[in-house]
Amino acid sequence: MAVRPSARETEDAGVKLVSALDRTPPASLYRDAWRRFRRNRVALAGLIYIAVLVVVAVTAPLIAPYPYDVQDVTAITRRPDSTYLLGTDQLGRDILSRLIYGSRVSLLVGVVVQVVIVAIGVPVGLVAGYFGGKIDTLLMRIVDVLYAFPNLLFVIIIMTYLKAQFQHATSGLLVPLKSIDRATGGLLGVYIGLGLVSWLTVSRLVRGQITSLRNKEFVEAARAIGATDARIMTRHLLPNTLAVIIVATTLGLPAAILGEAGISFLGLGVNVPTPSWGSMIADGVSQLRSYPHILLSPAIALSLTVLSFNFVGDGLRDALDPWMKQ
Amino acid sequence: MGRFVVRRLLLLIPTLLSVYTITFLLIHATPGGPWDTGDKPISEEAIAALNRAYGLDKPMWRQYTDYLLDAVRGDFGPSYSQRSRDVTDIVKDFLPVSIKLGVVAMLIAAAIGITAGTIGAVKQNTPLDYLATFGAIVGVSSPSYVIASLMILVFASYLHWLPTGGWDGVFSKHAIIPALALALGPAAALARYTRASLLEVLRHDYIRTARAKGQHERRVIIRHGLRNALIPVVTLMGLQFANVATGSFFVETVCGVPGIGRYFVRSIAVRDYPVILATTLIFAVAISVMNLLVDLLYGVLDPRISYD
Repeated sequence: MAVRPSARETEDAGVKLVSALDRTPPASLYRDAWRRFRRNRVALAGLIYIAVLVVVAVTAPLIAPYPYDVQDVTAITRRPDSTYLLGTDQLGRDILSRLIYGSRVSLLVGVVVQVVIVAIGVPVGLVAGYFGGKIDTLLMRIVDVLYAFPNLLFVIIIMTYLKAQFQHATSGLLVPLKSIDRATGGLLGVYIGLGLVSWLTVSRLVRGQITSLRNKEFVEAARAIGATDARIMTRHLLPNTLAVIIVATTLGLPAAILGEAGISFLGLGVNVPTPSWGSMIADGVSQLRSYPHILLSPAIALSLTVLSFNFVGDGLRDALDPWMKQ
Repeated sequence: MGRFVVRRLLLLIPTLLSVYTITFLLIHATPGGPWDTGDKPISEEAIAALNRAYGLDKPMWRQYTDYLLDAVRGDFGPSYSQRSRDVTDIVKDFLPVSIKLGVVAMLIAAAIGITAGTIGAVKQNTPLDYLATFGAIVGVSSPSYVIASLMILVFASYLHWLPTGGWDGVFSKHAIIPALALALGPAAALARYTRASLLEVLRHDYIRTARAKGQHERRVIIRHGLRNALIPVVTLMGLQFANVATGSFFVETVCGVPGIGRYFVRSIAVRDYPVILATTLIFAVAISVMNLLVDLLYGVLDPRISYD
């Protein structure tokens, strides 16, 4: 015969259960998403790699064994050894130090380009989706036309234009931009160029989301109590598109990093001697047959970084998925 | 159908016009001109003569309309950096190489990508699936110039199976490394899409029906599953084509392939206006036509879609 718990015991268990439930914090959507994200081991590994990379980029002057532009003429194209852990390049510069400083270029380009993309893409999508009608048709027709633009060619044309403008600037608004350009190793034009060609997808995603939301009850309720269009868009609709924007920008980061690396690889991006992984890969390709070690480390660093951002972006999408399906 | 194609072709006009206008304005607003040779400056009179010869002394709007009218007739003007040749001739030399390489790369990408994606979906959550998925994400993350140079390192420098660079037609050994390097990124993206799309399709009732009536599993997957799953994949192929086209910039540089991408990069540094304009327009036409073909292919794959 099974031992049945007494009434007292049952009550105790009930109280415990209720108090346990009480102690659980209210499960917000983002908390839920974070729980789902943590269970994804690959995405978590990507996140840890990125965190380490951020630390490396911030502390670059402290942890880099040598300055990135100092040449050791006695050690040109040295293979990895105890003095130069990853060897030196064709000008005798320490590859490890250049790799460490190069992480700054890659992370910065990723982040700044996303800022440009969000600044253009989100308002366009928001306005097109909310007002619909002629405004929507006009904006989306422009987006359609821009989709047919050959991206890489346009980034190159835009950045060549901006770079030349900055260099020739002597007065006015361009002078502070000129110093920013110099501080970023000549990449300001690349940031703007990549941003200008990459906002289309975000604007389409936001528009789609807004179109499906704008006739929902909560929007109608807001309108009924006299909220203005601007308030409805920023306070009621925008927060509901945040998940889409987060995922799109996380997956846009590696695209921007690859874009900068590609342009620097072609010798058009970063100014010498600032190290970019793209320009380091180009150095490696030119020495490929005799000194493959120059190519390998920046190639691996770039691929791992892009890989990590892709893992994190995929993880985020899966974690936020139930919310995005609405 | 006919009306749809006509409308889409008409949409090409504003597209190409804005591509032309923006490119024209940007390159002419960029400080520096085609005659800034740097090390050995040309005399004022010579520059004036060159400007006159190439029509650069005319007002800007006149240059804009002149070039536009010539370009419509298929005449892309003279090249500033290769004085003896027309851009049209140069494009005729370089473009076919890029197109052949791009088409072969796209075919390889479709073959690898769709196969890998199908295996991933059919053998979902098995080691084989994980391998395919992992390979796909690595492929997406590795730029074509890295893949190309690593392949040169392994297959050309160490194993001596393939030549290190150069070009000898698309069916020669020289084309293997550039074509594969170009194909890998798009293949990876296609594999991920195919897998996700096929998994979605295989959940449908008609798949169960097909299995229930005793249809061969292979036939269920290919005829019933894949045919429907490929519709979103085809869209992606259109977008990937633009990637292959621009990816050729890098791969052509690494592998020493005489294509249009390498030529564009050189022309931008020397402000060779006609070459820049011609390349941008050609790429815009290619991307638009590709997108149109993809939309038409949609209708073939899915008879429910009609273009009226």
